[in-house]
Order: sequence, then C-alpha cells, then structure tokens
Amino acid sequence: MPSLVKDRRRLNRPVLVGAVLAAWVLIWIPTRGLDTLGLSPADLTPLHHWLNDVNDTVGANRNSSPFFLYFVNEIRAAVDSFVTFLQDLIAQPSYGRPVPVLGWLGVVAVVAYLSWAFAGWKPAVLAAAGFVFFGLQGLWEESMDTLALTLGAVVISLLIGIPLGIWAGLSDRFHRLVTPVLDFMQTMPTFVYLAPLTLLFLIGPASATIATLIYAMPPAIRLTAHGIRSVPRSAVEATESLGATGWQKLTGVLLPLSKRTIVLGVNQTIMAALSMVTIAALIDAPGLGKTVIKALQTLDVGTAFNAGLAIVVMAVVLDRVTTAAGDRARRTGRPSRFRRPLLAVFAVAAGVCCYLSYTYFWAAEFPDDVSIGSDLSKGADAVARWAQEDLSTATEALKNAVTYALLNPLEALLVQSPWWLVGAVAVLLAVLLGGVRAAITTAVCVALLIGAGLWQDSMTTLAMTIVATVMVMLLGVLFGVWMGRNRLADRIVRPVLDAGQTMPAFVYLVPFLALFSATRFTAIVAAVVFAAPVAIKIVADGVRAIPAATAEAATAAGSSAWQMITKVQLPMARSSLTLAANQGLIYVLSMVVVGGLVGAGALGYDVVAGFSQGQLYGKGLAAGAAIVVLGIMLDRIARASSPSKGSNHP
Amino acid sequence: MKLLRLTATATLTALALTACGGEKIGETPAAGGSAPAQDCGAFNLAVNPWVGYEANAAVIAYVAEKNLGCKVTKKDLKEEIAWQGFGTGEVDAIVENWGHDDLRKKYIDEQKTAVAAGETGNKGVIGWYVAPWMAAQYPDITDWNNLNKYAEQFKTSESGDKGQLLDGDPSFVTNDEALVKNLKLNYKVVYAGSEAALITAFRQSEAKKTPLIGYFYEPQWFLSELKLVKINLPKYETGCDADAAKIACDYPEYVLDKIVSKKFADANGPAYKLVKAFTWTNDDQNLVAKYISEDKLSADDAAKKWVEANPDKVKAWLAQ
Repeated sequence: MPSLVKDRRRLNRPVLVGAVLAAWVLIWIPTRGLDTLGLSPADLTPLHHWLNDVNDTVGANRNSSPFFLYFVNEIRAAVDSFVTFLQDLIAQPSYGRPVPVLGWLGVVAVVAYLSWAFAGWKPAVLAAAGFVFFGLQGLWEESMDTLALTLGAVVISLLIGIPLGIWAGLSDRFHRLVTPVLDFMQTMPTFVYLAPLTLLFLIGPASATIATLIYAMPPAIRLTAHGIRSVPRSAVEATESLGATGWQKLTGVLLPLSKRTIVLGVNQTIMAALSMVTIAALIDAPGLGKTVIKALQTLDVGTAFNAGLAIVVMAVVLDRVTTAAGDRARRTGRPSRFRRPLLAVFAVAAGVCCYLSYTYFWAAEFPDDVSIGSDLSKGADAVARWAQEDLSTATEALKNAVTYALLNPLEALLVQSPWWLVGAVAVLLAVLLGGVRAAITTAVCVALLIGAGLWQDSMTTLAMTIVATVMVMLLGVLFGVWMGRNRLADRIVRPVLDAGQTMPAFVYLVPFLALFSATRFTAIVAAVVFAAPVAIKIVADGVRAIPAATAEAATAAGSSAWQMITKVQLPMARSSLTLAANQGLIYVLSMVVVGGLVGAGALGYDVVAGFSQGQLYGKGLAAGAAIVVLGIMLDRIARASSPSKGSNHP
Repeated sequence: MKLLRLTATATLTALALTACGGEKIGETPAAGGSAPAQDCGAFNLAVNPWVGYEANAAVIAYVAEKNLGCKVTKKDLKEEIAWQGFGTGEVDAIVENWGHDDLRKKYIDEQKTAVAAGETGNKGVIGWYVAPWMAAQYPDITDWNNLNKYAEQFKTSESGDKGQLLDGDPSFVTNDEALVKNLKLNYKVVYAGSEAALITAFRQSEAKKTPLIGYFYEPQWFLSELKLVKINLPKYETGCDADAAKIACDYPEYVLDKIVSKKFADANGPAYKLVKAFTWTNDDQNLVAKYISEDKLSADDAAKKWVEANPDKVKAWLAQ
C-alpha cells in the first residue's frame, strides 16, 4: 500500500470520527426523545407473542412427534447414560454400594498419576493438593459431581469439536460458515435456551451437559481450526511434493504441528465448561453450582464462597495441568531413562489406591472431621460484612461519580436519540473505521435490533457495555504493562486473575449489591471483574513478547521507564491491545444477563424475566438475540478497524 | 533407581496397611431399611428456588420418606421448568405455587398434564414495603397518598429526578409501572432483578438508615430478620386488575396451592394423598424457613425438627 494513502487515512480518520460524534450531539439536542422506540418491561410485540406460540407448540408436541421419539430421545439417553456412568464412577453411590466406585484416595491417585504422566511433577503435586483441598472443604461429593459433569461435557465437546475444527481448518468455506454460528453459541445467553433445552432433553444430567457443551464447544473448534491454519505453508508443500495423501498430510504434518494450539483449545473448553457450573444448576445439574445457588437464596455469602472457591481451585488445577501438557507436547527433548519404569511403578501405586478406595470406607469417603470448609465460610462472611459496613459509603460515592459523569450522559445520548440518528451514526462510524463491509453488517444489525422490538433496551445495555469495556481496557493496560515488565508482579497477580475469571458471579453478587446497591454500576463492576483478567493477560503477553533486543536498544538510547512504555512497549503491543479490547468486549457482553440480576435492567433483565415468566419467554429470547447482535456489530467494527487484521493467517 | 525403590517400598507399605485397614464396604448391612414396608415408590418433588418453598418441600419429603417409605427425589428447578416437567413425567408435584394463571391455563386447561391439589394454607402477600426505621420516623408514609411527598428522598443514581421504586424479582408478576402511572406517583420503577438484590437493598436501608421503597412479599424468611412495613395502596377489589394497563389497586392476596401431574394424581398413591392433605400456616412455614436460613440446618434436619415438634399435624395429613 502506498504510504501516502495510509498517512492521509490516519490523519483524516480521527477528525472525521470526531466530526460524526459532534454532529450526533448537535442533532441530539433538538430531536431528543423522538422515535426512541421504548417498550416497557411488561409489554410485548407481535414477534414476542409469536415466539411464545412456537415454544408452546413444541411443548405440546413433545410426546407425539417422531422427531422427539426417535431422534432427540436417543441423544438424551446416550448423553444421560454417559454422564451418569461418570457420576457412578466418582461421585454418587452406585451399583448397590453406599459409595461411588472410586473413593477419594483413588481419584486423587489417578488424577496425580495422569497429571504427572502428561504434564510433569509440579502440576501433579498441584493437582493432588487441589483435590485433597475439595475434601478438606467438605465438598468432596459436590466437587466430584461437578467434575463428572464437566468431563462429560468436555469429552463430548472434543469428540464433536475437534473433527469440526479440522474441517474448518482445511476448508475456507466451512470456516466462513461456522464462525458466525460459533459467535452465536458463545454470546447467546444461556438463560435463553435453558428452558427449551429441558423441554427437548428433559430435566436431568443430559440437559445440563448439553447446555454446558453449547457454550464450551466453540473454543475447541476455533482453536483446532486456528492451529491447522497456522501450520507453515512450507511444511505442507514439502509433504505435498513427496506425494502424501490427504490423510497422511493431516496425520503426518498438520495435526502434529498444531498439537499445541489444539491442547490450548482443550484447555479453553474446560474453562468454559466450568464457567457454566452455576447456571446449569438452575436445571438441577448436580454439584457445586447447587451449593452456590442454594446459598444465594439465604444470602449466605460464606457458603457460596466456599463452593465458589472449589470451582476456582478445580479450574486452576485443570488449567495448569493442560497448559503444562500443551507445553510438553511442543518440547521434543528425549525423556529420561527412568520414565518408563516410573510410569509402570506409579501405575501400580495408583491401582493400589483405587483398590483401597473401592474396598475400604476410610479411602472411599473423605474423613469429615478435618473440615476447614466452615472456617473458610466464616472468614469470607466476616470480610464481606466488614466491606458492606465500612466501605459502602466510599463505594457509593464512587458509584455516583461514575454514573453521573460517564454513564448517565452516554446513556442519555444513546437512549434519547431517535433510532434513525443512532443508526446513521453507527453506520457512518463503521464506514470510517472499517469500510463498506463493516457498514453493511452494522446496518443489518441495527435493523435486527429494531426488528427484535428492543431498540431502547439495546441502547441502555450498549451504554453500560461501552463504559464497562473502557474500564476493562484501562485496567488491562495498567496491569498488563506492569505484569509484562515485572515477572514477580505477574506471579502474584495471575492467580487473582484466574479467580476473577472462574469464581461464579453469584458468589460476589451479594457483597457487590451491598457496596453499590442494585444499580447499573453494580452490573458494570461485575462485568469488569469477569472481563478484565482476560484483557490484562493478553496485554501482559503482548508486552512480554516484544523482543528483548528492542527493549535493550531503547534503554541504551536513554529512554526513561515512562518513555519505554509509551514509545516502545505499548505501540509494539498494539495488536495485543486490539485483541484485548475485542475479548474484553465479548466477556463484558456475556455478563449482561448477570447484570440483569443486580439492577442493570434493559436486555439483561428481559432475558432473566423471560426465563422466569412464561408469557415473557418470547421477549427474553428476542433480548438474547439482541445481545448477540450487539456483540457481532461491535466485534465486526472493531475487527475491521484493527490494523493487524489477518496477520495470523499466513 | 533410588526413587524407584522408594516408591516400591511405599506401595508395599500401603498394601501392608490394608491388612489392618478399617471397615470394608459391603460388610455392614445397607442402612435405611427400617422404613415401613409400604408400596409408595418413587416421588419426584420439584424444589423451586426460594426458602419458603424449600420448607414445604423439606417437610413433605421428610414425611414421605420416613412415614410412607417413598423414594423421594428432589429436583431444584425454576417454576417454569418444573411445570414443563409435568408433561415429560419428570416432576410429580409442585408444593407452593404462586398464582401463575398463564401456566395453569397452559398445563391444566390446554395440555391437561397437571391438576391442582388444594391449598397449602399459606397466604401470599405482595406489595410495596419500607424498612422499619422509615415507618417509625415517617409514620404517614404507609399511606400511598403521601408517597409523592417523599419521592425526593428516594432519588438515586438510577431514577433521575424521580423517586426510585425498587422492583423486580423477575419471577413475580408486577403491575408497578401501571400503578405508578395510574396513581400519578412521581416515581420510576427500577428493576433490581433478583430476590438477593431486593433483600440486600432492604438490609442496607435499615443498617445505614438510607431511604428505600421497594416491592416485596410474604411469607419470606427475610421478614423474620427485618420486619418490613407494608404501604397501603388502594384496596384490592375483585376485577380491579382486569385490565393490566389500568390497574390502580393493590395486589390481590395469593392463595398458595399445590399442583401435581395428572399421572401422579390418577395413580392416587400414598405420596399423592400426602401432598393433597398437606396444609399448614404461615407461622409454620416461617419457622422451618428460619431453621434453614438463619440456623443453617439442612432441609432434612429442619423438617425433622418441625415434624417432631408437631406430631398432631403430621398425623392429620396421614389420616386422610
């Protein structure tokens, strides 16, 4: 591209964007309140009624339609028996025994053995310690139920996801086809499809597993495809020139070379599955999620925290083990000569532990006299109470400052503008930032939001989403740069980030409500807690990936730390910043529904109410779709405007 | 090789330990065989997510298990999904139903998969409430006519220049937007979105003495912690809520009842008879709810405590 054009664009773009925004405000002043397309929470549009009717028809035909009798019911039976088998194995009394087949000792031994064999010593110790911790928390059975359900969902996700991912990696057409479907699966709020799922697959482990895998499968497909697409062309061409068949090419070159990315996909699938634990509990999924939900009913923060902590520990263990296994998959050093005999010896030891836990009560049921669960609960309770009583005055002030200075003006602009004004601004911005294609997508998305009958709610939610994403990026840059420059900081902060990502929101909703009241700001804070860790991690990795030589050169030239950050590290990590903003946004959107539970109103509340009240079902579904549409619109504009587009694909 | 030997020794030691190692699984007779030999069979009880419901379910499940020998499976489900379960045969009974005319119409009248099984004896009240300190300081606030006088105090960051009326456990029907409009109140309805949000808001209101008015309901365990005071809206009269957009009266008193699946009712087994006969007072429910929420007893222990203290009531249910 001639540099002249590029320079002109760079010069003009911010000016034009500024002009569009200024024009928006100027037109807003005389037209505010016109054509805002408001719809009160109890009102429905014909589309919503129609969706209700569809839902009712499906329900009425559940027991007579051959589609259900011969197709859906078969899937249900297969998934049900698979997950129930896993539960019988490690979690629930089974086969006429008062305890599961494998008791705690056996499970700990098997987990430690597998972690050691695939990942190494350190992950194995961590895994064993983590699993013993579940027992100490007094949550052994619940944890194993959660583990069984998660494993079930992950195994099925991988069985389907990896082949689909390979296909998407090999075929551009399939890749284009599947990407929006995956976007849909990841951003459609689970609340929307929980009720229909139980209608299709009945109440029980099958529905819970399927709800989980809808959300957990996309990373497996995406990352497998990405791994295969990233294999260097030269390697593929070399095998082609040797006359390899398609199958040989796949198993000999593509899969081995993309192994590490695929393992990352497995890792992300596990994380996604664990993030569904509490929501699946709403349709009777067994395990830790139930403990959290039950505790929330009595606002028992301590008990919820204890169970939430178990989910965090499980996530951290599974994350570290799979990550280490992925790193090992990349290394090609020769194994030590002790490895083979050790594999055998440890296998025998694990086998003995399994036998013991099958045979003796002491090894089957975790001893309950060493519980630290109630101490953990009490500690969390005390901290929460202290925060609510002593901090809430300061936090109210913070809430008011952000709401009045930032959120309310932005919301006024978005919500009170006529729909055609906001639509025109969005399309113009898309043209300026992304180009014609992005503009067409944006126009379609605007039309869909209006068609869903939820324009005004969408704008309210959009205002919150923008504020939350800005906060996420501020934190992302601040902490990301710090962690990228400082290993020690990284080591200290990272577990906190893991906890933020995996601690179920239901655990901290009650303290947050006490600190910030039932407001839009509370919803924003909850979204930031969940979304900031991803942004921070991506920025930190980006900063760290800058070649040491560059940094040294800058230091040698006498740059101060501030110059180093602003002139070298941030500009060079620019593609990471874009990715962080994109992921941060997606994560913020996935918290819209949780926001609806704490005072956000708008789309989040529509979805929650649709889940709770039959006559609002159709509206909830439309609101869920509106969230997806918002996500696609913002993502496409951001992606089209990103300077690094397509750089991942050689 | 040293490591190898160490591991082998450890394994052998472990094996040796098993020789003296504790009680074997399967040696002791299976527990719980003492239930009366009666043909009750499986009983799938839906548990909706609030403590009052859990209290009903706990007691019914306890009696069904201990006195009738049923195999009770409790399923934690939201109302909608529990009703759906009647048709698919996954749910036998719902034991605290709040109105839900739309679901009645759909499942009882149209799909004919559910039938009503009588009242629970509990009365449900819905309305607007304030924390006790407010009612004490501003006694006339309980009359809706005075609400506009206080609107200024209830302003928050969410309500703009109007007073905030905190609404919205999404599970319950609300007429509040229409009420605010038709009673010409200078308030804005703000949707808290969950019971936890409402309870936390009232708790903070009392603790910090900050003004708050919001939607709430009884029986509810939280009221035994903090006795909220109900605002008197224009009295409910039959038919005054016929047109949703024109509602200008208080909520009706809900007669809470039990709903069972058609199949379960037709089979007329002991569990069905128990569900049908079950009835108790708001005080009974509040007590069991308190055991669960404040004393942190398990549902089963809470039920046991109540059943042992009230043998006559239980006997009356079983006699029918």
